[in-house]
Amino acid sequence: MLGLDLSFFDLEMLRKFVLNGLVFSVQLTVVATLGGVVVGTLLALMRLSGQRWLMAPATVYVNGMRSVPLVMVILWFYLLIPFLIGKPIGAEMSAVITFIAFEAAYFSEIMRAGIQSIPRGQVFAGQALGMTYAQNMRLIILPQAFRNMLPVLLTQTIILFQDTSLVYAIGAYDLLKGFANAGKIYGRIEEAYLLAAVVYFVICFALSWGVKRLQARIAIVR
Amino acid sequence: MTWDWQVFLTDDGSGRTYLEWMLEAWRWTLAVAGCAWVVAMLVGAVVGTVRTLTDSPWLVRLGNAWVELFRNIPLLVQIFLWYFVVPKMFPAFQQVPGFVLVVVALGFFTSARIAEQFRAGIQALPRGQRHAALAMGFTTAQSYRYVLLPMACRIILPPLTSESMNLLKNSSVAFAVSIAELTMFAMQAQEETSRGMEIYLAVTLLYAASAFAVNRVFALIERRLRVPGFIAADTGGGH
Repeated sequence: MLGLDLSFFDLEMLRKFVLNGLVFSVQLTVVATLGGVVVGTLLALMRLSGQRWLMAPATVYVNGMRSVPLVMVILWFYLLIPFLIGKPIGAEMSAVITFIAFEAAYFSEIMRAGIQSIPRGQVFAGQALGMTYAQNMRLIILPQAFRNMLPVLLTQTIILFQDTSLVYAIGAYDLLKGFANAGKIYGRIEEAYLLAAVVYFVICFALSWGVKRLQARIAIVR
Repeated sequence: MTWDWQVFLTDDGSGRTYLEWMLEAWRWTLAVAGCAWVVAMLVGAVVGTVRTLTDSPWLVRLGNAWVELFRNIPLLVQIFLWYFVVPKMFPAFQQVPGFVLVVVALGFFTSARIAEQFRAGIQALPRGQRHAALAMGFTTAQSYRYVLLPMACRIILPPLTSESMNLLKNSSVAFAVSIAELTMFAMQAQEETSRGMEIYLAVTLLYAASAFAVNRVFALIERRLRVPGFIAADTGGGH
């Protein structure tokens, strides 16, 4: 077919090369999403705190991260972390830290919009009930903000999953690398990249279809 | 550690300094991003517009398929597809230089996002605008040309700004197929000189400055094209 030979594609190949990479890509996505949402929420709270000394650093961090290409951030962390802790760090570990730090900036913008979408009356009602700031946030504001922002958060997670392929820059073993290695071993690099594209497409298309369904359901409830 | 900015004035072994190399790499980044931007805007505008033509369901489906295809594959993989797979499947592409293939890859990838903005912008217009245009006797093409698109384009300028900045940042992925742009320079110069901090810092600043310049240009366009009485007047970015 069009000068391609897909005969090397079988379960054995998938198990030997691709599975480990897929597991790492998924792990990286999940850990970076959870870590990114936690750190991002803290950043969002800092930016909405009204305290200059909290707002300024958070704003600089978020805008700084968002104005630099992800590949450069990956390279930066790979260079900086060993320098700071004094010993080399694996590409995989470096990727995890990088993605949490990088995605936190994007998740913080989503959470900021989510928190701001909650009517002021909710805040006042919480205060009127005698809740502290922490209680108000934890019990009233954040649960609603998460719910409102769930589709956007999940869409960002799909983008994050696609972006994990950029760990190529530091040679971490992810889904793409799994296919690339298999392609090299079998001498079928082009076919391997094509298969990688198909796998990424199927995963991302299914996920975004799921998000669309979820969005429709949430919209009806509201 | 100590800073050593002298590194930029040392020879890279081919008779040019690292500073000259970096500036040349910057030009490559701007060239890739600029050409891809033109591709992305043209294709994105056409695909996005086509997706609002409810009278032609097949065109809508085709447009939707385009967006889904280019949105659900990572950019790096798309670049590999254009660079390795397409020339293998269609030998005619073997004559096409790598720069063009990367521009097409980045352009098509971004076109899906821009198409989404165009569709949203056109659909955000009150339905009365379309009906009024048709009642005036405009053909579909004329109603788009004179009524719908001029307003939709203004509405979507803010998201287009951030997509354009994203495109500039995404051009860094071209390093993977050895385009001599900024990220490629950063990796190679870091390797050769071991002065990673200085090199990365300079490259990062160039990216940030370029993205900021894109932002300012769009802000200017937004001010120039503002239609009095329409669309929230103050676009100066005031808070």
